[in-house]
Amino acid sequence: MAKDNLVMELKDFSFTYAGAPKPSLRNINLPIEENMITAMIGPSGCGKSTLLRAMNRIHDLYPGNTYEGKINLYREDGIKENILELKKENDFIKLRQEVGMIFQKPTPFPMSIFDNVAYGLRLSGIKKKSELEGRVEKALKGAAIWDETKDRLNESALGMSGGQQQRLCIARAVALKPRVLLFDEPTSALDPISTGAIEELIAELKQEVSVVIVTHNMQQASRLSDYTAFMYLGDLAEFDKTDKIFLNPKEKLTEDYITGRFG
Amino acid sequence: MGGKLFRNFSFFSATLSFFLLVGIFAILFHYAQESMHTFGFDFLWTEKWEPGEDDEGGIFGGYIPMVGTLLSTIIAMVLATPLAMGIAIFLTEIASVNVAKPVSIAIELLAAIPSIIYGMWGLFYFAPIVQATFGGNGVGLLTAGIVLAIMIIPFMAAITRDSMNTTPSVLKESAYAMGATKFEVIKDVIMPYSKGGIIGSIILALGRALGETMAVAFLIGSVMHLPSKITDPTTSIPVLLANNFAEAEDLEMSSMYFLALILFVVSFIIISLAKFYFLGRKVN
Repeated sequence: MAKDNLVMELKDFSFTYAGAPKPSLRNINLPIEENMITAMIGPSGCGKSTLLRAMNRIHDLYPGNTYEGKINLYREDGIKENILELKKENDFIKLRQEVGMIFQKPTPFPMSIFDNVAYGLRLSGIKKKSELEGRVEKALKGAAIWDETKDRLNESALGMSGGQQQRLCIARAVALKPRVLLFDEPTSALDPISTGAIEELIAELKQEVSVVIVTHNMQQASRLSDYTAFMYLGDLAEFDKTDKIFLNPKEKLTEDYITGRFG
Repeated sequence: MGGKLFRNFSFFSATLSFFLLVGIFAILFHYAQESMHTFGFDFLWTEKWEPGEDDEGGIFGGYIPMVGTLLSTIIAMVLATPLAMGIAIFLTEIASVNVAKPVSIAIELLAAIPSIIYGMWGLFYFAPIVQATFGGNGVGLLTAGIVLAIMIIPFMAAITRDSMNTTPSVLKESAYAMGATKFEVIKDVIMPYSKGGIIGSIILALGRALGETMAVAFLIGSVMHLPSKITDPTTSIPVLLANNFAEAEDLEMSSMYFLALILFVVSFIIISLAKFYFLGRKVN
């Protein structure tokens, strides 16, 4: 793998929750390639969500967690930055606008559909109405939800269905033109049809953005992703191209998990 | 058998509260009749409270106690609302657990202090401070309003805090994940999310401030005087009722029932509004 294709790279990364005697993640080395979908799978409690939440440092909302190692973010100009060294609130804001996040449950804010998508744009300092309107429309189109929402942009986002809300949250994140989008089990609260729509959307998004997705659903990982990381008890057990992991895994553990022998 | 008994008992208990409500209203309404017939709506605008010779007749009007009640309540609400919001925000979002816990307990204990203690403390300790700072006699609208504010702050802060605590952490996280600062998360996510609870707490506190008797009786001055400045002594509906009940007869007694009816209706409307807000939240 050539370095210039990477957007993020974890090096010897370890993470310990506040007050925990042992680290929850140990010595993770994981490359995230640009415009690819990287899936993280593994049994509950293996640390895949913890790892994802380190990548935009959302862990820092709660005091006392400790990081070790490096998480490098490669900026567009090729300069790399270790995001674990960030300390100021402004740096976190910048990081989180570059590395967006979608959560397990749809999290529309208690405001209108338009304002939900415009929220991050306004935070980043865009005030002009015409520019906001243009970017909101583009983001909603990008999240394949424009046709359903264009006539009700001023209605509360809380009135949408779960699947629509989740696509709205994706639109909200896409609007900021992030370099990386982190999905934390984005379809676990949705019905199969909405899940299909979200998966299709994620597959399209990789034209624009690099995706890291945590999922419990093995089919989802194999359908969607280019690379798969299998995690087990805080270790990265195996990482490879998705085809390789699912058809011909190196580790016995990976094979057992994928074939449903445990998990 | 047991089931039926229990059913009947719980049915009786449930309907009892309703009949009490209607019954109290009916009694107030009945005893207020004499005053209502004598003064009509003029009662609301009359500034006099003067019994006639030998307790016969006289002129009674509710204007001054109504104004006093209203103004002391407004002063209390204006002071208490921002402070209570600040306390709630501090406890839910800013303070660490080690600080939030003792402060929370202290606030809940403040809410448990009987109002007469606030009244005594206000009269002997706080009124001289108000006098030295703002002039006046010490007792008056301002002193009553400030002590009322102190009494309702714990109440408002506790309800608002509970309501803010119901904001799902994933919702806050997703705002942070968009690059929001703590202040922006509080303003754009937590406040709108807990709006129903905040408004409910304000209205419940308002109901409490309107009906508070003991502390205000110590502090408002209890004189039938229309206040012209904020430090002037005046009276309020519950204070006038408490002070005059022992000696009043006939028309004065009826006029007091009329005042009580007014307070009852206003409080009832306010509490109903609060209920609608709380119910409305559950529907959402």
